[in-house]
Amino acid sequence: MSVAETTPETRPAWFRPAAWANLFRERPIVPLLVILVVLVVLSEVIRPGIVSLNWAGVMVRAAIPLAILAACQTMTMLTGGIDLSVGAVASMTGFVVATLVNGPGLWTGIAVALAAAAVAGLINGIGVGVFRVHPLIMTLGMSLVVLGLANVWQLAMVQTGAGVPDLFRRVGAGMVAGVIPYSLVVFVPVAAWVLVTLNRTGYGRLLYAIGDNPVAARLAGVKAWQVLIVLYVISAVLAGIAGFLYSGLTNVASVTLVDSALLPSVAAAVIGGTSILGGRGGYGGTIIGALILTVISSLLSSLGYPEAVRQILFGSMIVFVAAAYARVTNES
Amino acid sequence: MTATTTDYLLHARDISKHYGAVVALRSASLAVRPGEVHALMGANGAGKSTLVKILTGAVRPDGGTITVRGKERTAHSPAEARRGGLVSVYQEPALIPDLDILSNLRLTETPIEPFRHWLEELGLPGLDLSAMARTLPLASLRVIDLARALAIEPDVLMLDEMTAALPANLTERVLEVLNGMRGGDKSVIFISHRMTEIGSVCDRATVLREGETVGVVDVDEHSAERIVELMLGEAVDQQEALAERHVVAPEQRKHAPRVSVRGVALHPRLRDVSFDLYEGEVLGVVALEGQGQDELFDVLSGWERPEAGEIYVNGQPVAFRHPADAIRAGLVYVPADRAEALLMQRSVKENIALPFSSRVPRWGWIRKRKEHETVTNSIEKLQIDTRAQGEVRRLSGGNQQKVTIARWVASGVETLLCFDPTRGIDIRTKNQIYVLLRELADSGAAILLYTSELSEIPLVCDRAVVIFGGEVVGEVDARHADEPTLLKAAHNIGTEKEAAEVVTETSTVPVGEEADGEEASQ
Repeated sequence: MSVAETTPETRPAWFRPAAWANLFRERPIVPLLVILVVLVVLSEVIRPGIVSLNWAGVMVRAAIPLAILAACQTMTMLTGGIDLSVGAVASMTGFVVATLVNGPGLWTGIAVALAAAAVAGLINGIGVGVFRVHPLIMTLGMSLVVLGLANVWQLAMVQTGAGVPDLFRRVGAGMVAGVIPYSLVVFVPVAAWVLVTLNRTGYGRLLYAIGDNPVAARLAGVKAWQVLIVLYVISAVLAGIAGFLYSGLTNVASVTLVDSALLPSVAAAVIGGTSILGGRGGYGGTIIGALILTVISSLLSSLGYPEAVRQILFGSMIVFVAAAYARVTNES
Repeated sequence: MTATTTDYLLHARDISKHYGAVVALRSASLAVRPGEVHALMGANGAGKSTLVKILTGAVRPDGGTITVRGKERTAHSPAEARRGGLVSVYQEPALIPDLDILSNLRLTETPIEPFRHWLEELGLPGLDLSAMARTLPLASLRVIDLARALAIEPDVLMLDEMTAALPANLTERVLEVLNGMRGGDKSVIFISHRMTEIGSVCDRATVLREGETVGVVDVDEHSAERIVELMLGEAVDQQEALAERHVVAPEQRKHAPRVSVRGVALHPRLRDVSFDLYEGEVLGVVALEGQGQDELFDVLSGWERPEAGEIYVNGQPVAFRHPADAIRAGLVYVPADRAEALLMQRSVKENIALPFSSRVPRWGWIRKRKEHETVTNSIEKLQIDTRAQGEVRRLSGGNQQKVTIARWVASGVETLLCFDPTRGIDIRTKNQIYVLLRELADSGAAILLYTSELSEIPLVCDRAVVIFGGEVVGEVDARHADEPTLLKAAHNIGTEKEAAEVVTETSTVPVGEEADGEEASQ
């Protein structure tokens, strides 16, 4: 699945009755699409009549902010890292805008929120890239710091009150003709930018290189700290954008709103074929992964299982898929 | 010999293995008699590694049978093969770096006393078993690996490039031990690219070419040529092309040196090294294992900062803080360990193009057409086999090494630092690399070459500096040096009068102050 040679998103992926393992390795998009279709069919079988254009639109709308968060994980995981602060950062940006919209205004709020996100990302990047703190520790710590600061902000802003701006609600939750989610306006450029960056730029190559073999990257003259600082800033800003969509979608401004999406964002990247060890994967698979997770979770809730059962099934599926990848991507 | 002489101890028949479209083995056979040391030979990509992996149970064959002492074997893992009496020692040491030697031995349930005995036989008596594996030099780790394998007394011992990168004295001990096993009831499968070693310890040799067994040769004084013929298919002798090589005579080096090294030191083994490297020459580094050459290359490649001394590039003092600084100054590095230099999961193209993107101004859009041209050029120049170019880890060792060199050739080499570039690769590829190094030097590159195979020095180098105990102890005219002289020089026993024409003390003239004062080699 070398992203450099084939961009699976733009090429038609024929279903070939070739060995599945090989298919998984070379074109992970194909089996992922098959899984997605199977899940859609399964939904229709279990709850006849559920699948409709409107249902599809709702699925896409729910998957979009998750897919953006998962872009953060995809990019950081390619370098062998991870960004566990995306949940806190996304919650923070949505919340900050909600507190500022009635005072300084929407655009000031957006600017402040994204700047705050970028600072968090910068510190993550310096910690990981310069001080060599493990990304897991660094970003986990950062998520607590961001949450704490957001709580302080909440206390300071308690008088002004908070409200999700109309624009966010329209973009995050609105649908054209009940079918096409408005949030595509945000998602399409973001996704296009991530795909192009990973596949067609020198920077994207370096993400793969650092994840595949940091020693080789260094020997080739790559200064990893530069790459990593930029990476974690990008990740935090993308998380911030996802936060706007989450607050619009749910019409909630809360400092913990997006926390529950953190692990699904990692799962979407893993299911999409990005190796948590770095060096392998791509964003195309992640997008499908986010859709698959959204459909599964809708399917599970339509079955009426209690939350606990859904969590068990959800977790098991992630482990299963990750294990399957480990098997097929290592030769024999 | 015992009554079972006519029977084979290990017999693999018609083994085949495909990886997707790539045929690794077509029909390989190997029959090992009890009490013989049997060489397994073949060029890169001939299928040797695959056959080894199948014999050790790491890979399952698509077809064919393996019988051990007449019984069919179906080992599905190295552990099973091991219980079946087949133990292998690979190119890479199989010790856990963060455990001491004793704990490593316990892991494999190795009996300690026989292990100590073999360690002594192999020339490492009195080794501290409480030492962490990671603190020991590569050569010692390999010897420990071998002693561990011998201590289990396996029926068949498989040695894959065991002697690559071993210093000459240890290699000799290994060969002695192997010789001692001949005629017993155990066997050894010996894989090496060094013909002299094959000649001195092996009874027979099985030769693979393009996934097939093309011949089994009884080893004697005249078998080397026959083996090479079988390996290469058609007789190719690129070493002859090197005989006509252009040589940089001292009078042609009037200009200032490309790189001057003055009194460089780095813990633990590099103490005080000075030399000049001129454009258009291949300067060899003659050294036994662990004389400071590793540290020297680390310093020159920008991987480590020296503790003392200066480096000048084109007369300008430089201080490398990162390999990127060295690369900008034109010093590029090819390490011995290909796993260090390559992105194993990425394509050949990405591996070659990696340095292009390393600097921030080059982080943007990749111009694919231009990149494709450059990459294709260097692939052709190095004759890289691109059948499995999607992932570098699927290439053979020799092709991987070519990729690491191609990376620098693609962007135009000024100064190439090669650390044992031919370690563990076959003759054909070695020859290609020799020829390439000469071509690069002839077109103006300056090349510093350390090699663990002394026979390469006269073949490729113009001059060579001898490093012993972390210091330069002499300089050799590489064109006229033979292996014994070099070996003596490497042991620092060649400074007597009879070797005077070979070794001359190098001076440490500061740069700028009469660079010509550097004593020219004879």
